[in-house]
Amino acid sequence: MSEPVKKVFTKGNEAIAMAAINAGCHYYFGYPITPQNEIPEYMAAQLPKVGGEFLQAESEIASINMLLGAAATGVRVMTSSSGPGISLMQEGFSYFAGNELPAVVVNMSRQGPGLGGINATQGDYFQSVKGGGHGDYKLIVLAPHTGQELYDLTIKAFELAEKYRMLTLVLGDAILGQIKEPIVPWVPEKTAGDPDRDWLITGARGRAPRKITSLFLADGEMEKHNWHLQEKYARLEQNDVMVEERECADAQLVVVAFGSVARIVKSAIDEARAAGMKVGLLRPITLYPFPGRRLEALGRQCRNFLVAEMNTGQMVEDVKLSLPGDCRVEFYGRPGGSVPTPEDLFEVISETYEKMV
Amino acid sequence: MKQVFKRPESMTDKPFHFCPGCHHGIVHRLVAEALDHFTLREKTIGVASVGCSVFLYDYFAVDVIEAPHGRAAAVATGTKRVLRDRIVFTYQGDGDLAAIGTAEVIHAANRGDNITVIFVNNSIYGMTGGQMAPTTLLGQRSTTSPYGRDNQRDGYPIKMTEMLAALEGPSLVARVAVNTPGNVKKARKVIRQAFQMQIEGKGFSFVEVLSSCPTNWGMTPVEANRRIADEMIPYFPLGTLKQRDLVDTF
Ligand SMILES: Cc1ncc(C[n+]2csc(CCOP(=O)(O)OP(=O)(O)O)c2C)c(N)n1
Ligand code: SF4
Ligand SMILES: [Mg+2]
Repeated sequence: MSEPVKKVFTKGNEAIAMAAINAGCHYYFGYPITPQNEIPEYMAAQLPKVGGEFLQAESEIASINMLLGAAATGVRVMTSSSGPGISLMQEGFSYFAGNELPAVVVNMSRQGPGLGGINATQGDYFQSVKGGGHGDYKLIVLAPHTGQELYDLTIKAFELAEKYRMLTLVLGDAILGQIKEPIVPWVPEKTAGDPDRDWLITGARGRAPRKITSLFLADGEMEKHNWHLQEKYARLEQNDVMVEERECADAQLVVVAFGSVARIVKSAIDEARAAGMKVGLLRPITLYPFPGRRLEALGRQCRNFLVAEMNTGQMVEDVKLSLPGDCRVEFYGRPGGSVPTPEDLFEVISETYEKMV
Repeated sequence: MKQVFKRPESMTDKPFHFCPGCHHGIVHRLVAEALDHFTLREKTIGVASVGCSVFLYDYFAVDVIEAPHGRAAAVATGTKRVLRDRIVFTYQGDGDLAAIGTAEVIHAANRGDNITVIFVNNSIYGMTGGQMAPTTLLGQRSTTSPYGRDNQRDGYPIKMTEMLAALEGPSLVARVAVNTPGNVKKARKVIRQAFQMQIEGKGFSFVEVLSSCPTNWGMTPVEANRRIADEMIPYFPLGTLKQRDLVDTF
């Protein structure tokens, strides 16, 4: 991090857009959808000033493919959308994986299924981490929970995308996108990928022609390519898991939550601690790679877990798969729209604590 | 001895995989000749589509990005917006461009994106084995219109050139054929003009090439060439429908 600039008071969506530009992302392609319109609007206003380009596409199918064409040249490029638009991009996500191209996509998720509502939800967890497109692939999925983290993780998203030649998804929701908070913007040292990368599509001047493809017909080549992708995912799982733990050391009950719910859980846990309950929080910051090994280790020291999500039970499956078999896992969830209050969660935590501990 | 015919520099020496009598090979060559003509090989980026021409990168000695089926125009837009001094072209079949990719090509054209689109209309889905295309002629049999294309059920063969010529964005919109030496000559000129439009920054240029697919038409190469004259050209008339001024270099 170079010198920090002064604090600004801004909406989450704008924090993302600001971070992207400060990270050197000068190209944005997107299609309007609530609750993330502040991102394209900010980009449309600011990118021309830095010599970049904002283009409103005719659909999210077009946006993700424009992203693909730009990403192939090696520049930092981003799009953002919400549920229905992200669904349309799934084909493109799969091609990004097959083609091994880096880019950043933001999903400020809204309720579904269908047209749904514009309120906050975490119902896109499965779509994000299990893959909604075809084939055996992964996205890097980052789950910020504050304005500052939206900013920081957007920058991180570009770095990880380049490090692994993968699409990185920043998964937020309507609350995170709309809430106004003070953040400290900063500019990373590296604001562009390495210009010498041997796969960049720039025109074959003085070198052999290159191709970006995901089609492998020669005997065994497709399998080889897939093993290569898997090896890359294994490295990612080894080296770049991010997780926040809070008061887990002596916890008798660990709450597992991500994104905006984790933020509400933090207040509930403070209250629970004040009331004498030994409760901790484990907050996955990378949803993929999921902090499964950390959970497993924690499961040897604490037996009781409560998973809280703003959906009807998605991440809880990964938590159960990660924990030792004799751990007990309770789930609290509700579909998006009505956000649980710290009081709601305090009550759930107290009841669960009483039952389990 | 004077050499009168050689492989364009913009092509590799890999033998085509196309069926005998297929026009894809001719169209590839015409595009490569245009690139050579303007010495563009080292600054060109091709965007391949999904269809029999998916292996564009095997035959063109230029950088190539393979787009998802139908999305070539959007991919090309993304590339060209970043690398404005490079030459970006797409090469798409009729299923790719006129069915699944209709929205992408219309909006690229309407924005006047400074790219060149080569549209190979063979009135069939070649790669997947001869299914009906949006350009399949009325009465034409295909594996999914075994009793002939019926406009009551399937609508009419789509005229992309006429549609795109109605837009403000494009600099050049033309339809050519390569079924006779005379037509090849005209096609060569129009494809060259299309790239010149891009070089001169005049915006979106589009060339539809009426093409053969002897394999899926169930015809010999000679019969296929004749069919283009007898059945396709009457419905898909040749000509340049829209053209901005160019500095003539011929
Ligand atoms: C999303 C998607 N749908 C369907 C296909 C299968 N598919 C591959 S090529 C093709 C049609 C190709 O026809 P055309 O574009 O006319 O090219 P041609 O082979 O005739 O040159 C189809 C339907 C695909 N690859 N992706
Ligand atoms: S199937 Fe048709 S379009 Fe494809 S290579 Fe053969 S003749 Fe050409
Ligand atoms: Mg075809």
